[in-house]
Amino acid sequence: MLRIPCPHCGLRDYTEFHYAGDATKLRPAHGTHGQHAWHEYVFLFDNPKGTHLEYWQHAEGCRQWLVLERDTATNTVGRSWLARNRMMAQSNEPA
Amino acid sequence: MAVLSHYSAFSLARRALFGSKWARAWRKPEPRKTYDVVIIGGGGHGLATAYYLAARHGITNVAVLEKGYLGSGNVGRNTTLVRSNYQLPGNTQFFEHSLQLWEGLSHELNFNVMLSQRGQLVLAHGPAQLDVLARKGNIMRLNGIGCELFDRLAVRRFLPFLDYSSNCRFPIYGGLFQPRAGTVRHDAVAWGYARAADRLGVDIIENCEVTGFLREADAVNGVETSRGRIRAGRTLVSVAGHSSHVARLAGLRLPIESHLLQAFVTEPIKPFLDCVLSFGAELFYISQSDKGGMVFGGHIDGFNTYTQRGQFPKVQTVAECAVALIPGMSRLRLLRHWAGIQDMTPDGSPFMGRTPLKNLYLNGGWCYQGFKATPAAGWCMAHTLAHDDEHPLIRHLALDRFERGNGADEYGLGLWTYKQ
Repeated sequence: MLRIPCPHCGLRDYTEFHYAGDATKLRPAHGTHGQHAWHEYVFLFDNPKGTHLEYWQHAEGCRQWLVLERDTATNTVGRSWLARNRMMAQSNEPA
Repeated sequence: MAVLSHYSAFSLARRALFGSKWARAWRKPEPRKTYDVVIIGGGGHGLATAYYLAARHGITNVAVLEKGYLGSGNVGRNTTLVRSNYQLPGNTQFFEHSLQLWEGLSHELNFNVMLSQRGQLVLAHGPAQLDVLARKGNIMRLNGIGCELFDRLAVRRFLPFLDYSSNCRFPIYGGLFQPRAGTVRHDAVAWGYARAADRLGVDIIENCEVTGFLREADAVNGVETSRGRIRAGRTLVSVAGHSSHVARLAGLRLPIESHLLQAFVTEPIKPFLDCVLSFGAELFYISQSDKGGMVFGGHIDGFNTYTQRGQFPKVQTVAECAVALIPGMSRLRLLRHWAGIQDMTPDGSPFMGRTPLKNLYLNGGWCYQGFKATPAAGWCMAHTLAHDDEHPLIRHLALDRFERGNGADEYGLGLWTYKQ
């Protein structure tokens, strides 16, 4: 069983979480024109065989969104952060 | 080396009587320096492409590079189902072409792939779902594909052991039956295509992992492998769940995530289920193997991974589907379960054809449906490689279709990888 370290609740079974994919993608700034940036954001994936940063929501726990570091070749989990802290640090949007 | 022999009742009897040895089904050649076509991936699709290149297009200077051994990947991990009940224009014709190739495959390859056209029944658990199946059936019939809509009574006569109780969670309203659907012995498909391609001169090179591409500006003209550098006129990536991984070596990012799908088999029992059966309330499909085991599968595990090891909670949810559909299965013991890595695409349809790089071609993104597509995928990719132009049956499966707003969303779920 994959177990995920939730910053609030500690190590919990992955079945308590909802998976939401690649967390390294940055949404293009509001008003970005042209197909290219949006196609890349919505449809293209790095899909690495190795370290992957990804969103999970602790849906059956504290309900918080978190970012998890996981090795996709072995499913070994690494660090985790609250997603809102990480997203605020990286946002493409003007403050 | 013994001369490669034709398989027949006569050759079987001769060896039974005189004990002479069978020849190797395919050679074990050393890779040459240059080929007209290099196919990365010795799975069903790669081998089928090599076979049709040699047999239909006369291109025999071809190498198939396989990282492991033949049959070690998804061609030996699927649940062996073949069918052509698709509804999108393009998909219907493509999968029907595939089914027609399946029907002649044992003769074509001189190798018994044990096609068993026992039929497939897809169930509906509500009136709206039955309407959807009726529409799908109409589309199939308009394309000349036989099928029959069953009402609840007809399903009950056909499969009396499903759950028809008044308090069941998913009552059965009817179903759509395709009589020509069925199962195939999957590893025989790899062996049969490999043997037939080898006899036409194709080099099948096992234990040969591609580690990079030879690039010249926007063109690919060969590959670096664990067994040396191989130059190629054209190169095809046909590597199932590892498309992103191999494409990255050429500097391409794909609309694909790699996910894990599990399959299951129970202990063998006497003949019980004589068709392929698909649940309508969840993604769940089941058939009975010739040995008697109930073979079934469900959804992907739900997060991207390359591990080929399934998570246990999925065993429970898939077993719950089995028992909800066929209560009599509750006493069966699970014998084995295994997993394969599959490309998941935003619309559930594959990518076939040219890539932004010249002389590099892609056949990937097969989601749940790679095995049944094997002959047609090989057929169409062989055409594409031979003519540097997509076969008409796969024009709707281009890699850049999302940029053009032309997703091929067969299941009507929206363009979201985890929903497919």
